[in-house]
Amino acid sequence: MPKLEKGILLGFYFVQFLTGLSDASALFLVACGLSLIFGVLRIVNLAHGSFYMVGAYLAYYLIANFPQGAFFFWAGILLAALTVGTIGIVIETLLLRRLYYAPELFILFATFGIVLIFQDLSRWFFGAEDILGQQAPGLAGSIDIMGVLLPQYDVVLIVIAPLILVGLWFFLYRTRWGILVRAATEDREMSDALGVNQSRLFTGVFFLGSCLAGLGGAIQLPKGGANLLMDLNIIAAAFVVVVVGGMGSIPGAYLAAVIIGELSAFGVLIFPQSTLVLMFLLMAVVLVMRPHGLLGNAEPEVQGAAKMSTATLKPASKKLKLLGLALLILLFMMPVFVGSFGLVLMTEIALFALASMSLYFIMGPGGMVSFGHAAFFGGGAYAAALTVHYMQTPMELAILLAPLLVGLVALIIGWFCVRLSGVYLAMLTLACAQICWSIVFQWGKFTGGDDGILGIWPSAWASDKTVFYYLTLILCIGGIMALRHFIFAPFGYTLRACRDSSLRVDSIGINRHRHQWFAFTLAGTFAGFAGGIYVFSKGNVFPDVMAIPRSFDFLFMILLGGIETLFGPIAGSAAFTWLHDQIARIDYWQLILGCIFILLVIAFPDGIAGSIHTRLGRYFED
Amino acid sequence: MKNAKIFPSAILVILLLLILGALIFWISAKSDVFPGNTIKIGEIQTYSKLTSFTFPYRNGWQLALEEINSAGGVLGKKLKVISRDDAGEPGTAVTIAEELILKDKVVLLMGSFLSNVGLALSDFAKRNKVLYFATEPLSDALVWRKGNRYTFRLRPSNSMQNAMLAEEAAKNEAKRWATIAPNYAYGKDAVASFKKLLKAKRPDIEFVAEQWPALFNINAGAEIQALTGANPEAIYNALFASDLAKFVREGKLRNAFKNVFVVSLLTGEPEYLDPLREEAPQGWLVTGYPWYDISSPQHKKFLQAYQKRFNDYPRNGSLVGYNAMYAVYHMLKKAGSADTEKMIQAMEGLTFDSIVGPITFRKIDHQSSMGAFVGYTALKEGKGIMVRWNYADGKDYLPDDAQVMKLRPQ
Amino acid sequence: MAIILKVQNLHKAFGGLRAVVDVSFQLEAGQLMAMIGPNGAGKSTCFNLINGQLNPDQGSIFIMGQKVNGEKPRDVWKLGVGRTFQITSTFPSMTVLENVQMSLLSHNRRTKSLLTNVSRLYVAEAMALIDLVGIADQAHRSCGVLAYGDLKRVELAVALANQPKLLLMDEPTAGMGPAERQGLMKLTESIVHTREMGVLFTEHDMKVVFDYANRVIVLNRGKMIAAGPPDEVQKNNEVKKIYLGTASS
Ligand SMILES: Nc1ncnc2c1ncn2[C@@H]1O[C@H](COP(=O)(O)OP(=O)(O)OP(=O)(O)O)[C@@H](O)[C@H]1O
Ligand SMILES: [Mg+2]
Repeated sequence: MPKLEKGILLGFYFVQFLTGLSDASALFLVACGLSLIFGVLRIVNLAHGSFYMVGAYLAYYLIANFPQGAFFFWAGILLAALTVGTIGIVIETLLLRRLYYAPELFILFATFGIVLIFQDLSRWFFGAEDILGQQAPGLAGSIDIMGVLLPQYDVVLIVIAPLILVGLWFFLYRTRWGILVRAATEDREMSDALGVNQSRLFTGVFFLGSCLAGLGGAIQLPKGGANLLMDLNIIAAAFVVVVVGGMGSIPGAYLAAVIIGELSAFGVLIFPQSTLVLMFLLMAVVLVMRPHGLLGNAEPEVQGAAKMSTATLKPASKKLKLLGLALLILLFMMPVFVGSFGLVLMTEIALFALASMSLYFIMGPGGMVSFGHAAFFGGGAYAAALTVHYMQTPMELAILLAPLLVGLVALIIGWFCVRLSGVYLAMLTLACAQICWSIVFQWGKFTGGDDGILGIWPSAWASDKTVFYYLTLILCIGGIMALRHFIFAPFGYTLRACRDSSLRVDSIGINRHRHQWFAFTLAGTFAGFAGGIYVFSKGNVFPDVMAIPRSFDFLFMILLGGIETLFGPIAGSAAFTWLHDQIARIDYWQLILGCIFILLVIAFPDGIAGSIHTRLGRYFED
Repeated sequence: MKNAKIFPSAILVILLLLILGALIFWISAKSDVFPGNTIKIGEIQTYSKLTSFTFPYRNGWQLALEEINSAGGVLGKKLKVISRDDAGEPGTAVTIAEELILKDKVVLLMGSFLSNVGLALSDFAKRNKVLYFATEPLSDALVWRKGNRYTFRLRPSNSMQNAMLAEEAAKNEAKRWATIAPNYAYGKDAVASFKKLLKAKRPDIEFVAEQWPALFNINAGAEIQALTGANPEAIYNALFASDLAKFVREGKLRNAFKNVFVVSLLTGEPEYLDPLREEAPQGWLVTGYPWYDISSPQHKKFLQAYQKRFNDYPRNGSLVGYNAMYAVYHMLKKAGSADTEKMIQAMEGLTFDSIVGPITFRKIDHQSSMGAFVGYTALKEGKGIMVRWNYADGKDYLPDDAQVMKLRPQ
Repeated sequence: MAIILKVQNLHKAFGGLRAVVDVSFQLEAGQLMAMIGPNGAGKSTCFNLINGQLNPDQGSIFIMGQKVNGEKPRDVWKLGVGRTFQITSTFPSMTVLENVQMSLLSHNRRTKSLLTNVSRLYVAEAMALIDLVGIADQAHRSCGVLAYGDLKRVELAVALANQPKLLLMDEPTAGMGPAERQGLMKLTESIVHTREMGVLFTEHDMKVVFDYANRVIVLNRGKMIAAGPPDEVQKNNEVKKIYLGTASS
């Protein structure tokens, strides 16, 4: 808390408020582009943060190579924004356009591929060094507000955001093109029927959104600069803003950006250590109170989750069962064929397979996409590690306790989450996972913080790599078979029924929320189970097992394997782990991984298991 | 969508496949195969992030490696480094370590940047009985509280660097201190140890505020405000990279450093000072690397070779990487074999002449005596430099044997 | 005869639009009651009020003597109310058999069972129902690919699975040819008599209405403008005016 004389205190708080407002500006520019794109194109564009980063780099180099002076400074910023918009057009026409009618997750997958590609390309083009942006000519000083200094450029930012807001409003409500955009936001089929040239409209909106992201990146140069971490830093915050404001709502985005800007400006004074989690806490609270964000409307159409998987599930045929048995035997004979590192990988694959199968359980049959499944997997790892660390629990008991403890957490999180659906549900799971992550990260005294917990090794009898592999294999296969069994049990059918039609389940006496809640808890429990074993395979645990990238890894495993088949998660985690291991040795591995993601989405939308099934499935029917 | 087909998917797919193939071909062509006998070293570093430090670091050890190998290698064999990216994640680092040991059969592990990665690798080394040579991680725990006989560390630790700074800082008369550091283990350790050391020398001072911005996600304006709100006479700052740059700029605009004495742990390192260009702060007490000013012939030779090889000047990372590879070289020469036990014995007490002076790895705690350059920042021709600097030899800041015995599990 | 459904002074408005205004009627076991009226008259809204999908603004609904205002559809269903929708609502990722099994599972409170396997549960009962509605040959096809008329039959089978006392059928014969319509209504009629239940249905095909309904209610703009036996309603002037004034079939 400030220790200042009375006279200056008011100025202090006022300047803090203005600082919050100026922080909100760049955030708003990025978020409103994201919101616009979501509203019209219905895609969740993870690459939006990359546009922001590229905007910053481009503006920096343009300004550096232009003559000095205010005109060229602003020209550089505008030109950077337009260039980013053009990059957006290229991406939209070459890639995204093919995916509009694909399930939402595919687009997520593809745009994440773009993120990876841009990461490495930016490193290639712009170099590795952090760049401090140029000051704006003529605006490099400060102004005195009641005895406290505020940088002049902050004033510029404070003014720019509302100007853009008003400009966008004018554009959306007063121009023909804007009206078409709004029509498309509100009712895609309708605008389709009205004969609007959709692809041109979509390209235009994507251009505008990308421009805004580029502008956001360029305009914050004098406040920061450009570096290779800014894409992922901003994208999380931008998503929070979009979700809190209500997806598709531009005024909502501004409102949310301001709230978050102020929250962090004043949060710094009150909770200096919790700056990161505040944002996610806010998102969780808003979503629980207002499921569609502050100014958002109910989702105009059912989100991708529901249309994600519509194929009927058939129990395996006799031939397939035989094939499965052969695979099992092969797995058990693995130690004969592969070296000890091979076994380490196989152990990891088995654990990831169980974790992604548990995610598949709520995502496929359940239709609930979770962006926070790592919270349960990592939670299991932490639960086991903590019981071992503090109570010297033997491994066998810790592995049993972990899923139970995580199940409790999932029970609580699930209660809130199942009330939402689609993107909002996904975002709430993300927020909850981030909150769990922050607890683990910040509560260093208990959890070891980012130093993690070390020395969690298996009991003596299982410490041999081969023995541990067998242990993991048996437990994971057991878990996967159990989940598989649940899918064909009445509960699994009910879950699918809830996904297919909430109207119908309600009218045949089924409590949808309760079943989904139960499923969520069950999935969390199984993920926790996998996590509990995982910690013993590694010997240590760190907060990043709960972080967002790990949650996405699980999603990718499922997509890679194919979302329509029960075998998908297993094939996916094997392929993912193997691929990761192979390319991680390469310098520009992110670029390659990104290309692979995009390739997959375009060429093999059914995933590995799905593709095999469509090509060879008929040979395995009874 | 009718228009979607202006560019058929098949062509896109083929194009992507071509790019992928070319990339993989290009990369595999780049990885040169060493003929004959080699000693393989596993190197783990955060090459996909923190590149402003880790790329010069890689240059540093590559230069040393080339020098060593062109002079005939060691023990009649060439050295081969298998370098891997840990993405800054300890879990990934351990997986890679396992792979390096089991699959690539490396004889030792070296590297890592973040302290938690270092601690994880150290724990791994202990369990798997392999030598781990931590080059960059600064955490005190690495060789003391959580030290083990398989782990050695090159750089002066967090508390050693803070001791160097505290010694100088104590001379300043400022009494009201504020601190700011990134909100993770390194930042917390740094603040804690600086506070303790300064308090010991100056019981009359008080710490009036502390701020903990998220790593690489600082909200600079608000943080600066919060600091100035406490009206400090001096600020201790452990920020680095983009956080530091934003902090400096915002602080200047808000007049936060006027008449305030600033101690800044890593700000003298070219990787963090140079991006600030003409805005580099002046008169801050820092540790760093004044490569432009070091006149010893060994360093001059290194500087020339480095500039010739990479067409760039060295950063602090280059120095660390270069020294690290030579430490490995001297250790292997002394050990006479790549057997872990022999290597440990050789490394304990190993002394060699580095480009910044002699470096010894103490037997008692496996910490090297490599020091750091301590000085004040200044501006010269629109660029930040270090002035009034001296090389603080690490051996003067190491804890004594009694302290080590108390700290280190035996 | 037992009174199965009693509706008193029901009101429902959507914002300014008064969709249902002061509707009262009652339905006895063994009765087939038709609710007719032009598009937008408020028929579906009435149905939604009765099975709990919507909350009435005013008025009360009794199902077998029990007041169900504000109850959720799933609780109303447990009282023995089956429902088919104007726009069919089935589970497209399941076969016809599985759709009916779902209803039977719910009826037998087995939906939370994790250990049994659906392929062995209530197959015979489900097949009997499917056979009853006349789509036994489609039993193993996915509802996602079924013809509309067949989906209506699936819905009927699903609705019958909990042995309802009251069946609410919103346009049960939409998407069917004339002969098929007659067949389905005959079937419904026979079920009503064998099972001693009441049926409330809406229908745009007047021939079907006057052939099968015991009683007819006519709604227009939310208001009940006529009620009574079919031949009586047919003669009602106001009804004639509406049906001649609109282009409805
Ligand atoms: N959820 C709702 N929100 C707002 N208005 C609604 C809603 N549901 C129905 N309405 C309106 O209420 C009126 C009555 O609709 P209802 O669906 O009950 O008519 P209906 O008699 O079933 O017509 P149809 O023969 O076309 O099925 C219509 O004007 C309709 O637009
Ligand atoms: Mg209707």
